[in-house]
Amino acid sequence: MSVPVRHFDAVIVGAGGAGMRAALQLSEAGLKTAVLSKVFPTRSHTVAAQGGVSASLGNSEADHWHWHMYDTVKGSDWLGDQDAIEFMCREAPNVVVELEHFGMPFDRNEDGTIYQRPFGGHMSNFGEKPVRRACAAADRTGHAMLHALYQRNVRANTHFFVEWMALDLVRDSEGRVQGVVAMEMETSEIYVFQAKATLFATGGAGRIYSSSTNAFINTGDGLGMAARAGIPLEDMEFWQFHPTGVAGAGVLITEGVRGEGGILRNAQGERFMERYAPNAKDLASRDVVSRAMVTEINEGRGCGPAKDHVLLDITHLDPNVIMSKLPGIREISIKFAGVDPIKAPIPVVPTCHYQMGGIPTNYKGEVVVEDKVVEGFYAAGECACASVHGANRLGTNSLLDLLVFGKSSGNTMIDYIKSQPKSLPELATADVDRALARVARFDNQTSGVEVDAARSAMQRTMQAHCGVFRFKDMLQQGVTKILEVEEMVKKTFIHDKSKVWNTARVEALELENLIEVAKATMISANNRTESRGAHVRDDAPDTAETPNGRDDKNWLKHTLWYRDDNRLEYKPVNLKPLTVETIALKTRSY
Amino acid sequence: MSDSARAEISEVEKKRQRWRSRRGLLELDLVITRFLAQHYDALTPDQFAAYVELLDWPDNDLLDLVNEKCDVDAPHLAEIVAMLRRV
Ligand SMILES: Cc1cc2nc3c(=O)[nH]c(=O)nc-3n(C[C@H](O)[C@H](O)[C@H](O)COP(=O)(O)OP(=O)(O)OC[C@H]3O[C@@H](n4cnc5c(N)ncnc54)[C@H](O)[C@@H]3O)c2cc1C
Repeated sequence: MSVPVRHFDAVIVGAGGAGMRAALQLSEAGLKTAVLSKVFPTRSHTVAAQGGVSASLGNSEADHWHWHMYDTVKGSDWLGDQDAIEFMCREAPNVVVELEHFGMPFDRNEDGTIYQRPFGGHMSNFGEKPVRRACAAADRTGHAMLHALYQRNVRANTHFFVEWMALDLVRDSEGRVQGVVAMEMETSEIYVFQAKATLFATGGAGRIYSSSTNAFINTGDGLGMAARAGIPLEDMEFWQFHPTGVAGAGVLITEGVRGEGGILRNAQGERFMERYAPNAKDLASRDVVSRAMVTEINEGRGCGPAKDHVLLDITHLDPNVIMSKLPGIREISIKFAGVDPIKAPIPVVPTCHYQMGGIPTNYKGEVVVEDKVVEGFYAAGECACASVHGANRLGTNSLLDLLVFGKSSGNTMIDYIKSQPKSLPELATADVDRALARVARFDNQTSGVEVDAARSAMQRTMQAHCGVFRFKDMLQQGVTKILEVEEMVKKTFIHDKSKVWNTARVEALELENLIEVAKATMISANNRTESRGAHVRDDAPDTAETPNGRDDKNWLKHTLWYRDDNRLEYKPVNLKPLTVETIALKTRSY
Repeated sequence: MSDSARAEISEVEKKRQRWRSRRGLLELDLVITRFLAQHYDALTPDQFAAYVELLDWPDNDLLDLVNEKCDVDAPHLAEIVAMLRRV
């Protein structure tokens, strides 16, 4: 091994909201902090967030962090850890006001306070009635957040390494994390970033599905790197889906379309919702609609050559209504589905949106495996599982998660770094060699499976076998299939062997991360035989002991998937908050 | 356009900007993927320069431009904007 080494107090992989919030904490404490990102920081996927960030500021009406906590626990279907949830909801007002002071242009009330809007699942007085809790900067909340944090980091002298890709984690023989191996995309040169503390803030892995709202960048690199380094992934069976994304593209069609009279149809043109929800029909709740769509596809009544989607029909609506009440829908449909919805129905499919699981951490951002902290290793944001979202995330709690756990992990890292000897220990080389070998394989291998072919095999398998609504036999076959796809991924090759800006190599390396996430998801989902939150199974019986299929007696526990032997282990949910009483188990209904 | 004019865009620069074409918003990824497939290899140096300038825009502004929610008063960008809107 002869790889140049760069030294820092802290290295952070990821420059989205979570990574930059953590970096700010460290740099402002005077620590030498490197932030690596595949893309320019303000083009991280956080830019996509529009809805807002939640905090019980109570600017519009009475609100309390305890009510926010209740909503979050309930939203999580009781799989969230109540210590982490209390911590997040209590911290929310602080981190949001702090962000305002960093220059975030929040929408304001006339009196100058932050304006708050209502959002699904935000309630006052322990679920009694809706409350306005979401803070936003027009429809550009994520973008504004990234800008404010980036400017602040530049001022604090954070060292940005833009267009660098982290390849693998470096651990010593005792498992302590020493940093990462990373590649400069411009030159393909490989360096080790050695640091006393390493944080992963690499975002989600929504690209494991063929229909996803996530940008192409969301390839779960942090999860792949952690898994290869022997760290288990937690609760990966839980993914939030949206019922109607444009089939094959993922762009969302708002639920307002059904509100205005849009009708879902199968291959026979049948209005199938009449069978599933005779009263509400197409206006039934999200999960009922998603479930019906998937059942239609599964039973062979899907549309298109692959019978893999259904149709959303608004051709019967007055074109003027479409234009005035549903602005943008016609454009989206023409652009991304290739159909004019005034003349033909839009192909739609349930679409993956958000990853609840991730690298197991506590609320301080420390990575925890088998009750022990992995020294020197931290994770925050969508790649981490604290777990505040449990089996389902409440809208706007994700941006909050970035701020709260970005900051808390930064603080924990500061304490840890200060407790360490001044000079860095000798670098362990085994993991470095492994990373080099992964890259070398693509330099040497001249035939095999095309990266695009393996990626789409993975995405189709995940979409068909482990989507929004799950069936026992499909999951079982899915496990076999995804392991076959893994064999394809092991044989991928690239044509371009050049060193400069070799994006083919980057994409091949990304696929090696995605497949880890896909396996974790499929295997974890197959084993969890109940329904909870976003993991909904056809075969989980709805009984008095297991309402809606949720089986607290057997399944009130977190999944941990280990890459080495695809082993699953389980750990208890922390039902004990930090200062208040446990929010007791209840059947979840809205 | 002559072949010599086309040759002015270096391969390295083209590869760099191909990576920068990865965006934070799915809609842009989808539009740009098509644009790259249909037009990238045939861009003139002027068109290429205009495209590179647009890649520097914030994602939300670029998407609004592509979706015709806003316009830009810069003749040198007009051709590329039209191409992005059409793909
Ligand atoms: C369309 C959409 C709308 C949303 N709206 C909302 C909303 O209104 N409110 C809300 O709370 N949540 C929302 N979410 C969810 C929320 O936006 C995300 O969960 C959150 O932004 C993730 O932030 P992050 O910091 O964890 O990661 P990201 O912002 O995804 O950043 C990841 C960073 O890691 C870097 N990276 C990744 N891999 C590597 C590597 N190998 N080497 C180097 N760098 C790497 C990337 O370059 C990037 O900088 C929305 C999500 C979507 C898809």
